[in-house]
Amino acid sequence: MLDVRDVSIRFGARVVLSDVSLVIDRHEVVALLGPSGSGKSTLLRIIAGLIEPDSGDVLLDGESIRRRPTHMRDIGFVFQDEQLFPHRTVEQNIDFGLRMHRVPRSDRPGRVAEVLQLVGLAGFGPRRVTTLSGGEAKRVALARTLAPSPRIVLLDEPLTGLDRDLHDQLAIDLAALLRATDTTALLVTHDRDEATTIADRVVALTDLGS
Amino acid sequence: MSSIARAHADRADAGRVRTGRLPTWTLVTLATLPAVFIAVFYIWPVATLVGRAASTGAVRDIVHDAALRHVVWFTLWQATASTVVTVVIGLVPAWVLARYEFRGRRFFTALVTVPFVLPTVVVGAAFLAILPVSLDQSVVAILLAHVFFNIAVVVRGVGGLWEQLPPDLTSAARTLGASPLQAMREVTLPLLAPAIAASASVVFLFTFTSFGVVRILGGPAHTTLEVEIWQRATRFGDIGVAAVLSIAQLVILGLAVLWFARVQARRRNELGLQPLDARRPARRRGERVAVVATTATIALIVGTPLGALVERSTRTTTGHSLAAWRAVFTPSSQAVATIGGNRVDALGALTTSIRFAIVAMVISIVIGGAAAFAIAALGRMGRLLDVGVMLPLGTSAVTIGFGMLITFDVAPVDWRAEPWLIPLGHALVATPFVVRLLLPTLRSIDDQLRGAAATLGASPLRVWREIDVRLSLGPLRTAAGFALAISLGEFGATSFLTRQGRTTLPIAIEQLLNRPGPVFHAEGYVLASVLALLTLVVIGSVEGLRLREGHRARRS
Repeated sequence: MLDVRDVSIRFGARVVLSDVSLVIDRHEVVALLGPSGSGKSTLLRIIAGLIEPDSGDVLLDGESIRRRPTHMRDIGFVFQDEQLFPHRTVEQNIDFGLRMHRVPRSDRPGRVAEVLQLVGLAGFGPRRVTTLSGGEAKRVALARTLAPSPRIVLLDEPLTGLDRDLHDQLAIDLAALLRATDTTALLVTHDRDEATTIADRVVALTDLGS
Repeated sequence: MSSIARAHADRADAGRVRTGRLPTWTLVTLATLPAVFIAVFYIWPVATLVGRAASTGAVRDIVHDAALRHVVWFTLWQATASTVVTVVIGLVPAWVLARYEFRGRRFFTALVTVPFVLPTVVVGAAFLAILPVSLDQSVVAILLAHVFFNIAVVVRGVGGLWEQLPPDLTSAARTLGASPLQAMREVTLPLLAPAIAASASVVFLFTFTSFGVVRILGGPAHTTLEVEIWQRATRFGDIGVAAVLSIAQLVILGLAVLWFARVQARRRNELGLQPLDARRPARRRGERVAVVATTATIALIVGTPLGALVERSTRTTTGHSLAAWRAVFTPSSQAVATIGGNRVDALGALTTSIRFAIVAMVISIVIGGAAAFAIAALGRMGRLLDVGVMLPLGTSAVTIGFGMLITFDVAPVDWRAEPWLIPLGHALVATPFVVRLLLPTLRSIDDQLRGAAATLGASPLRVWREIDVRLSLGPLRTAAGFALAISLGEFGATSFLTRQGRTTLPIAIEQLLNRPGPVFHAEGYVLASVLALLTLVVIGSVEGLRLREGHRARRS
């Protein structure tokens, strides 16, 4: 379903990714493991279209999306530090993707409530995002990404910055959630335990390139 | 407890609260100087204006004055239009300078600020020089000059917030299906809204009270409230109406500043943004084009009017020559351009301006310095003084000059002929800046530092000299530079206080440019070029010093 082919990129003189290839099947949850600074996040950003690779191609459902702008790729992204819109409430954050995808106005509140329920935050809709705890913010970020039902979800170190207990609990919840929703996902992490808890398959970035 | 023991305990207690601080009576003495200064040269003139406004039937006249309604209408709409255009245009360089790292970024950031530090008369002259005759004295000329002058307000104000917005907020919007335009409209602009509103209000205040630019570019057809006040007061002797207009203007400005301060206080840190530098090199083609186009435009917009100023100073009917420059800098009677029997001594204006600037700088540093030290040390008691010394900032220079003109014209305060009255007016305008530049440093000095010096045997006066004064030297130098620059370019207050034989550079420039005749014009452009250069050298050297010291502090 996702097919990354020989992607290379350099920043100035530094080669960050060299001929990286990766295939992910439908409904598969893959964890990409590697130390920080190894280019994992860069690969996710290339897949999402936030960065252009120097060479290589990205295919989604057999179709090249390399020239397609980010907002037309239908790829969800959970950012390391959530990137919730601070000027909007929880439900407005989640509603954002639905509005952008032109979901009819009458269907949107139901979908917002549904994903909030899914991440265990039913009733949090009217809250300001600046008042959320670290764990709650991560759940809202996930709900916002899932709401428009993207074809694949990319998660960039989604559980960093939490204390151990909360981290472990969220890892279990996330694993269950991705399966319950049949989501295809690519997760990037430097934590092997986290990777094995959440993913069906763990790959090391170093094994993907030349 | 014996009286000696009690006195001892009191002293010990006082010592714990403000170790090594100057005794309160010294501070109160220190505070009286600026307090008296403000009372005599600001509050009294404003009170006189209020008195004049109330004692005449002027208010009734104004209501029926159709010409005046036209002036108010023009003032409002040109300020609104200038503000809208400045904000829209300013957002582009604000974005590029806040988001991308490229060679010369700091240089272009400084370059954008150049127009803002130039005297308004110079800005007016530059646009007079650059625009074809058909656009002289048109609204377009005024708007362009206002945009040129104020664009730095938007670039600095909005850019300052923009560089703190995580770029990934836009990325998040994009991955949720927003096009670049939608991401801008839905996420970036709403988040920038407080900074945009703040910058827009500042630009509106500046253009609403625009005086120098309009005096040079407006011609008889375009008059703002400020120019109208000046005309009624000095040309038509219509003191009553002018006073009413001044007070009305003062009230409007005061309310606007109060509202602005409240909105700012409420909005501060609502988003919990962290300092951040997420600038990166432009990677995509579009980004690179944007960077190159923006920096080229900045260079063009800043460079062209200033270049035109110099070009026009050398233009003659037959070609180009340095005749006007030679004429200005030759101290002979022939160098004196004659205007309607009144002579404009160009070289004299230059020396007068420099003399006045130095006097104004000394006054504002002494008054502002005393005020800042007193405000910082007195705590809650100092707040009233803080408000007092800030008052001139919320008052247009025209109102300040007008108030002084009608207050100090009867014995025993008939000071119109005194040579210090003009630099004193300049100092009044500069003092709030001096205080604002000094206060942050003084407030940030850790009291423990003073305590440490005191335990090492320093007397309070010694502590003050070794700690407070020593640490404020940098900001003091910056403040001195700003005071010099403010005085050199001051035009609004000076327009009321100027007299024969005491013409400053901005006054001479306006006189030369508003009279027909290529010789006058060339000399006016010479003086405008000189004034621009002087201002940039003064500001450039204090800013340069500040940057260098910043580097040194970071390295050590």
